[in-house]
Amino acid sequence: MLDVEVCGHDVIADGVVAVRLRGEGLPAWEPGAHLDVHLPNGLVRQYSLCGEPGGDYRIGVLREPSSRGGSDAVHTLRVGERLRISEPRNNFALEPADRYLFIAGGIGITPILAMVRAAHGEGADWRLLYGGRSRKSMAFVDELLAIDPERVVLHPQDEDGLLPLRSWLDAPRGDTLIYCCGPEPLLRAVEYEAVLWPLHALRIERFTAKPLAEPAREEAFDVELARTGRTLTVRQEQSILDAVADAGVELLSSCRQGVCGTCVTRVLGGRPDHRDSILTAEARENGDRMYLCVSRSCSDRLVLDL
Amino acid sequence: MIPVSDIDPFSAENLEDPLPFQAALRDLGPVVLLERYGVYALARFDEVHAALRDWEAFQSGAGVGISDFRREKPWRPPSVLLEADPPAHDAPRAVLQRLLSPKVLARLTEEWERDAEKLVDEVLTGEVVDAIPALAEAFPLRVFPDAVGIPDAGRENLLPYGDLLFNAFGPHNHLFEKSLPSMGPLSAWVNEQCRRDVLRPDGLGAGIWAAAEAGEITLEQAPLIVRSLLSAGVDTTVNAFGALFFGFATHPDQWTLLRERPELIRFSFEEAVRWESPVQTFFRTTTRDVEVSGATIPEGRKILMFLGAANRDERRWDDPDRFDITRNASGHVGFGMGIHQCVGQHTARAEAVALLGALLKRVERIELAGEPVRHPNNTLRAWDSLPVRLV
Repeated sequence: MLDVEVCGHDVIADGVVAVRLRGEGLPAWEPGAHLDVHLPNGLVRQYSLCGEPGGDYRIGVLREPSSRGGSDAVHTLRVGERLRISEPRNNFALEPADRYLFIAGGIGITPILAMVRAAHGEGADWRLLYGGRSRKSMAFVDELLAIDPERVVLHPQDEDGLLPLRSWLDAPRGDTLIYCCGPEPLLRAVEYEAVLWPLHALRIERFTAKPLAEPAREEAFDVELARTGRTLTVRQEQSILDAVADAGVELLSSCRQGVCGTCVTRVLGGRPDHRDSILTAEARENGDRMYLCVSRSCSDRLVLDL
Repeated sequence: MIPVSDIDPFSAENLEDPLPFQAALRDLGPVVLLERYGVYALARFDEVHAALRDWEAFQSGAGVGISDFRREKPWRPPSVLLEADPPAHDAPRAVLQRLLSPKVLARLTEEWERDAEKLVDEVLTGEVVDAIPALAEAFPLRVFPDAVGIPDAGRENLLPYGDLLFNAFGPHNHLFEKSLPSMGPLSAWVNEQCRRDVLRPDGLGAGIWAAAEAGEITLEQAPLIVRSLLSAGVDTTVNAFGALFFGFATHPDQWTLLRERPELIRFSFEEAVRWESPVQTFFRTTTRDVEVSGATIPEGRKILMFLGAANRDERRWDDPDRFDITRNASGHVGFGMGIHQCVGQHTARAEAVALLGALLKRVERIELAGEPVRHPNNTLRAWDSLPVRLV
């Protein structure tokens, strides 16, 4: 845990403050890193570091009316106030590449700003697509343009509409990494448009916490068939596929080994225990589809689109 | 004792109507030695199914045609998927599996419904139409080469290339001889389409190259995997559509039923693949002495697996010769089974859903309007012509 003092607190865009934190011997950090900030009201929130490496820390925070008090507490901080923060951690590290596409939506610019600066310093070939509700809501624009105005595309929604993701992402390349941070609909749209890219080309930071995984289990569980309006119990020795078929719901399947993918089914609720050989780690995390021939359930109940 | 038979599955007569000899093979026993070629045949469902899943005893790396790559030089550089075994097979397979997953297809097939509606518009002239060129060939040729990203020019080579390739899995018979002169030029054309700079930057082909650039596969494998798409993604789907239209044209009640219950679209496609088995056969090679249902096949022999016969095996299917779209054909081996199972099966289904969906909206009846004509091929159950009236 580190003790820091607020040494700067400036409104830099509509609803966005940049907060500078000063302290003794603050550890170095890499682009993509974030801090836990222990706020005066007792809440702990995570914010990406967006300053220059070395010296003071800087975070950028959007006031979110729908939040549970974290962003309000940051916005009402005063210069001179003391806070406790964690050491920086990095789950969104900038990996070396020849080319980068950076895509930021709204306050998602904070980790991306630090990455852009680093990529530029490395001499990489990079471009940034930065969207926000309006020009006035978009933070750090001047700093970005100062790095290289030719490589930055600003896309305020009220002037230009939705981000032109297709034209940015339609041509997959193996020498390029895509870093994206922003609201969930943007992340989903980028995932959709980047389907042809190599396995690990797309790097995304999600702010919303994933629920902790329930442990996989062997015992029976319930499956609710949302369209049919029925609930079945899948016994320990039974596959979901068989239980569903026994209930008279017709479903196509083929290999029964979790290999071919024919019995793919949308998951509307619950947490699948994926046992197939098809889904990538990311797709498993998403948990929105599963293969009924081999996969089971971590939760007591699964809701399927059947 | 393994029964010996003089049946020639690749004779003109047997290719024209394979059902009688396939039934005879099934009845002869679980394993039959075809003396003419010195290969062992599996024609019953259980044996075919088990052999397809046992890639260690039944390898693909020595070729999945009658030619034994351990003794004969392949006529083209072997496929890095179809004609490969683990571990070499696995990385290319993983890349294609990812690129042909339902998630990718959702993005690639956005336009397919509209493409299908346009095509149906064009064929609904009130005249008799030949469902093979006008629908079965036209739709896959319209959407799939675009999805892969090859140039427009030269696409007329795709079907002849597929015909050649699938003939080349068979013995050196009249069909093989007929294909021989075009082997050089067609192969050269296909290889040319697989280059990074020829492919559109936003198609599946570019996705394969990007995977190679990112190190998932080698740069040498990339063009061969693109070639796999072009080899296996057109004729197979065309003939699955042929099967489907033949089924509906000869079973009008099934079309009426599908109009009442459009949720059976996917089941009807699966049933057509079972019923006609567009890909009739593939070979494997034994890697050791293998026991199959009490018979021992020696190491190093070619095994001819009859997918089509397995899909008509009355030991597995009730009333197997009936085209019945209410049948749940799950588990058929028309797409193969095991690690080599058709990686494009979801693509084929997506094409079927699009085209059948468009036809269902506009067509009350599919009436046979002339004698259907088969197209002989050593591997494929194909059609030259299927005249129909779409009412």
